[in-house]
Amino acid sequence: MTDKQYELNRNLAQMLKGGVIMDVTTPEQAKIAEEAGACAVMALERIPADIRAAGGVSRMSDPDMIRGIQKAVSIPVMAKCRIGHFVEAQILEAIEIDYIDESEVLSPADDVYHIDKRAFKVPFVCGARDLGEALRRIQEGAAMIRTKGEPGTGDVIQAVRHLRKMNAEIRRLVSMAGDELYETAKQLAVPFELVQFVHKNGRLPVVNFAAGGVATPADAALMMQLGAEGVFVGSGIFKSGDPAKRAQAIVKAVTNYSDTKVLAEVSCGLGQAMVGINPEEIKLIMEERGK
Amino acid sequence: MMRVAVLALQGAFAEHQAAFRDLGVETLQIRQRADLQRPFDALVLPGGESTVQGKLLHDLELFAPIRTMICQGLPVMATCAGLILLAERLVDDPVVWFGTLKATVRRNAYGRQLGSFFTRGDCGPLTDIPMSFIRAPYIEDCAPDVTVLSQYEGKITAVRQDNQLALSFHPELLPDRRLHQFFLQQMVARPDKIAV
Repeated sequence: MTDKQYELNRNLAQMLKGGVIMDVTTPEQAKIAEEAGACAVMALERIPADIRAAGGVSRMSDPDMIRGIQKAVSIPVMAKCRIGHFVEAQILEAIEIDYIDESEVLSPADDVYHIDKRAFKVPFVCGARDLGEALRRIQEGAAMIRTKGEPGTGDVIQAVRHLRKMNAEIRRLVSMAGDELYETAKQLAVPFELVQFVHKNGRLPVVNFAAGGVATPADAALMMQLGAEGVFVGSGIFKSGDPAKRAQAIVKAVTNYSDTKVLAEVSCGLGQAMVGINPEEIKLIMEERGK
Repeated sequence: MMRVAVLALQGAFAEHQAAFRDLGVETLQIRQRADLQRPFDALVLPGGESTVQGKLLHDLELFAPIRTMICQGLPVMATCAGLILLAERLVDDPVVWFGTLKATVRRNAYGRQLGSFFTRGDCGPLTDIPMSFIRAPYIEDCAPDVTVLSQYEGKITAVRQDNQLALSFHPELLPDRRLHQFFLQQMVARPDKIAV
């Protein structure tokens, strides 16, 4: 990937800002998501809640299934590959996916190395729990970051934790003296230049979305008020009672995230939210995959 | 003091605000109907997803008042998704949003993200403008009274029709502010506009 291509890939994430990216498993769901106002869809065979329930090894989706979704909608289509599985990423690039999510939701294929994302032309989004993880993924070529949260739980606590931690670390970096940055770069295990960028600009060099456990319009607005630039909703929509209505409500909540009247209005009559599970109740902690 | 409103429903609106800020112009965000009550001299329709923005324009009851303002001569600068919102006709898509620009636009005309590209080109009187095309549309055809400002490989990528400036590409993503300045000087600050 050339510097210019990387720039264009970061730019696409900028176009997604203020939007909601929704997990879909069929062309019909993709249509519902697009009509509800999703700014992109994540095509996958099983949403995280079902991956959790099914157990076993979870892999990249069938390319044909992804193609079906690409044909169904005009908005960008993303798909997931396993952490470190660069061949799955090559396959996704071959079918001209708009964004690859190197995702902890799937079973990791490599417990040491992430994908060298600079070797690809197609952009990548990666999950992170703190500033160090985010900057390491960016160094590897990620053009967009999202919090990991804890996928498939409908519990927003981990996403909140991750975003708050990232923001606190960014604020700390901004307030540092210039000569303290070298030590921070060492502690975070990231290049000095990235630390310097955050110190100067007070933000990541790429767009940062919230993900993992967002289930209600209020959850989405919470993440936005905490500083996320957009929101991924995985299981929260199509595991709920009225997906179309909930999807629309979350889109509106993200656009007017600080207007409490709008938030109150869109939170009404959404039917049943996905049945959540607490992180303490689950055996499989996805956020710990890939550091 | 000139004030530019930026439609801030979804997409890269902050980048346009930064561009105008660089030029010393105040901006305000349009997110809901009440925001239209504040005075402003021009409107930006930013890049993003046109389906999302179009839907939210309707849901938030912004569509009719904004369309009326455009028809009444409010200067508009539209980039990418904004061009799609203005177009009178879309290729292979029955949807029409504002429909105030006499042009036929092809969405995702260069394909998916792998087709996104950067180039430099002339735009109206401006030369060597850096242009980022992100899953960009182009203008397949436009009415005779629409002025073509820029073309790339034979396809129209920027036009002006009276108060509407519409671009396939994103000048707001790059530090070059000449196109924003052109919009302010040629389309917003015209003496007849100030007199109104």
